[in-house]
Amino acid sequence: MRWLSKIQMRVQMLLHRGAADAHLSDELQFHLDRQIAENIDSGMSAEEARFAALRLFGNPALLREQARATWTWNSLELLLRDVHYGVRTLVRTPGFAAIAILVIALGIGSNVALFTIVRSVLLKPLPFSEPDRLMRLYEYSADGSFPYNQNAGGVFAEWKKQSRSFSDMAICGYSGYNLSGSGEQLPEGVRAASFSWDFLPMLGVQPALGRNFTADDDRPSANPTVLLSWGLWKRRFGGSTSIVNQTVLLDAKPYTVIGVMPAWFSYPNPAVQLWTPIYYKEPATEINAIDSHDFIVIGRLKSGVTEAQALAELTLITRRIHDQNPDNAFVSKAASIRPMLDSLVGDLKTPLYVLLAATGCLLLIASLNVANLLVARAAARRKEQAIRSALGGSRLRLLRQSLIESLLLSVMGGALGFLLAIAVIEWFVSTRHEMARVEAIHIDSVVVVFGAGLIVLCAVFAGLIASASAKSRQVLIALQELSRAHSAGQARARLRAVLLSLEVGLTVVLLIGAGLLLKSYTRLRTTHLGCLTQNVLKMDFNLPESRYSQPAQRANFFDSLLSQVRNIPGVQAAGLIFPVVPGDGYGGDSGFAIPGHPAPPKGKLLYALHRWADPAYFAAMGIPILHGHTFDDSQRPGHATQVIVTESFVRQNFSAEDPIGKHLLTLGQRPFEIVGVVADTRFEAGEPTQPMMYFALDAVDDMNGATLVVRSAHDVTQYAMPVQRLIAGMDRDLPVSEILTMDQVVGRNTLDANFDATLLSVFAGLSLVLAGVGLFGILSYMVAQRTSEIGIRIALGAQRKQVLGQVLLDGLRPALFGLGLGLAASLAAVREVASMLYETQPLDPAVFAAVSAVLLLVAALACLVPAWRASRLDPMQALRTE
Amino acid sequence: MGKPNDLVQGTLDLLILKTLLPDAMHGWAIAKRIQQVSGEVLQVQQGSLYPALHRLEQQGWIKAKWQESETGRQAKFYSLTIAGRKQLESETANWNRLSAAIDLIVSEI
Repeated sequence: MRWLSKIQMRVQMLLHRGAADAHLSDELQFHLDRQIAENIDSGMSAEEARFAALRLFGNPALLREQARATWTWNSLELLLRDVHYGVRTLVRTPGFAAIAILVIALGIGSNVALFTIVRSVLLKPLPFSEPDRLMRLYEYSADGSFPYNQNAGGVFAEWKKQSRSFSDMAICGYSGYNLSGSGEQLPEGVRAASFSWDFLPMLGVQPALGRNFTADDDRPSANPTVLLSWGLWKRRFGGSTSIVNQTVLLDAKPYTVIGVMPAWFSYPNPAVQLWTPIYYKEPATEINAIDSHDFIVIGRLKSGVTEAQALAELTLITRRIHDQNPDNAFVSKAASIRPMLDSLVGDLKTPLYVLLAATGCLLLIASLNVANLLVARAAARRKEQAIRSALGGSRLRLLRQSLIESLLLSVMGGALGFLLAIAVIEWFVSTRHEMARVEAIHIDSVVVVFGAGLIVLCAVFAGLIASASAKSRQVLIALQELSRAHSAGQARARLRAVLLSLEVGLTVVLLIGAGLLLKSYTRLRTTHLGCLTQNVLKMDFNLPESRYSQPAQRANFFDSLLSQVRNIPGVQAAGLIFPVVPGDGYGGDSGFAIPGHPAPPKGKLLYALHRWADPAYFAAMGIPILHGHTFDDSQRPGHATQVIVTESFVRQNFSAEDPIGKHLLTLGQRPFEIVGVVADTRFEAGEPTQPMMYFALDAVDDMNGATLVVRSAHDVTQYAMPVQRLIAGMDRDLPVSEILTMDQVVGRNTLDANFDATLLSVFAGLSLVLAGVGLFGILSYMVAQRTSEIGIRIALGAQRKQVLGQVLLDGLRPALFGLGLGLAASLAAVREVASMLYETQPLDPAVFAAVSAVLLLVAALACLVPAWRASRLDPMQALRTE
Repeated sequence: MGKPNDLVQGTLDLLILKTLLPDAMHGWAIAKRIQQVSGEVLQVQQGSLYPALHRLEQQGWIKAKWQESETGRQAKFYSLTIAGRKQLESETANWNRLSAAIDLIVSEI
């Protein structure tokens, strides 16, 4: 029963603490009164009796404390008192508290945000069943240059049939459809993907609504079926469950909706809005080809089979296919493999970890800064501390007090930081909605624990540094120092200088990283694509096969569109290109042969990027025609005979001869005559130019989409609406998508670099400000401490200029030391960002020099004010402040 | 004036429990009783009873009740709980063992 009474006691002590206090006083008073009464009875005077009773009893105040100390909750009570005291001290210096809290909020907020992103994107397993065994399978590119080439459907079929390493293997492809509007809704182009019927079962994913594809759906002769993404279903179909078994029009063909995928599901990327069965979607020639590398293959490793064993088996099968087709140079010779997670987010690893490291530095700088502030305050409160320890405040109590103060600061800063992190994550998700796994980014319990850990770490770090120099045996010295006026707290000033050097060093590392990325980004943005990018607008459209089945229908549409667009007042030129404008991606390639030239050595391929354009495209985009001419009127549907090649194509294949009039065998061994040579364009900013072949858009048999480019003298975006209206007038089911200026295209494709550089610059800028503030603070403090000393020196005839120089030097010394430290650390750190740089050396001297200059400038500015103030000191005033 | 060490504290606990065995008492009476019974040998600093009393109460060996004292004034009366009686038995046994051992060592000389 003892536990019961103990619990009773606890509850009572918690609820009736005030009463217990009063009772304790009554109890002691009762005792004293009884003793006094007894003493009086034995003949003492009243006063004598009281003193005798007290002598016998002991110090009532102390005994009261000792009795209280036996109560439960006593330590909690002490803690609360310390917290209360801490809050009061902070409230008394609101400026200090606000700065410290803000600094910590920045540090913790940025870390929590970035950790959330890193954890959600890179560390969390994929949301599929047993995701560790899901592997993305690749073909090693036929020329052996690139291990992670996409797959050919024919090779996949052989892998699936012959391989024994996988329990499941399935295939996926990219596509796109025109989703026609019903009633008021506008038609829209949607990104789509196609799955083999066993793809979702392999991942272990069920549609949220309806059913998955069956093997029967996944045949060329099947009734067309489609799975919708959650987002499309909500947005376009109002989230109505009756959508299942209804039909939607894709490319003007009715598809039965069989299900809706869960909201979290996005594969192969977040932009995909619907899925169709792949063997229904792809023509047999395409999906069965062994040399057309357009697909993604995922396999589930059987348990007990290693990646290496599976790879060996796949390579063997691939090699066999290659050897059976000696004439086809595009068949791969080997396979490669990597975990599905790596295939999705492998490219994000370096940038995200670099950014995480940067926020780590920022947090370190922030807590160094707070430590610095606390040290300064501890110095200012030395007298108070000394008196407290002289009166018997134990060392531990004082340490606890200082830890509780820094804990208060970091908890408040951390809470603010969490709010900051939530805002930052929301912003990140909305700006980077095309990043892989962006939908997985959430703050979860692990992140909260991480954040709480950071808060505690920050508090302990700052609190320990701040109290490290508050040694109790210095009590006497402290009291003496205070009684005399000479430069005090030298040890603390030195500690602060060391902290400051570290801070400056970390800042230098961040500045150099940011400088390198900025320079690289600028290089990337200014690489010339080889065409006009100002005042050029592009938009994509797709002609549904069901309505534009004849090549002539498509050619008519193209011609009529172009002539109408060119007639819009203000439009200077217009053209058509397929599949992509410069700077917007690789766009595919084709092999070719040159009759009369020796065949290339075995295993070496001749291939070039392929594009389809209308004759006026080159003029519209400002791509100069160097030799020959553009396509002429003979290039009509079914009569494609001409090809235009680029400068680098000529350099590679016709070193000594005039290419005009020569023939190429390509696009299925058909002969094309070279009629012109145009200047090179880059398929992506930052990629080297590659040989390219242009064919006449009108003349091709199976071209059902194109990109329209429109150029004007100024403000080209004003033509977007008129052109869209014009297209809607020609065919109201035809959606227009990806309406962007060429500048936006380049911006979008350099978004990663822009993003990384911007974020790192922000972090570096913040730390520069923190370091500057720290420098300013320490020097102001040192000057304040030495006011009387400086006053005496000036009174004794020291030149004000001399004083200025001396103080300036005192402040600059830690900055210089930190700069050296930072430069040395950067030599190692820049290696980590090397892979993110474009045409920029990691040890770029300009960046290193600029960073050093900026840092010294900021340091000098931060030191100048206190130094100037010191040199302006009025000696009389200074000596009187004693 | 430091805190009582373990031996002294344990002894004080034993003295209090033993004193409370016959009936409930307030602090002053306990101090008086210890003094009288020990023939004025044990001059406990009276105040130091209270931290000990409060500790024993927190641990559930004794319980307290406010009631009228012999002078008519309200006082806090302590009495043994059932657990306290058992504790007294085991502490008494401990004490006997300890004092016998010390006796042996001292009488050896």
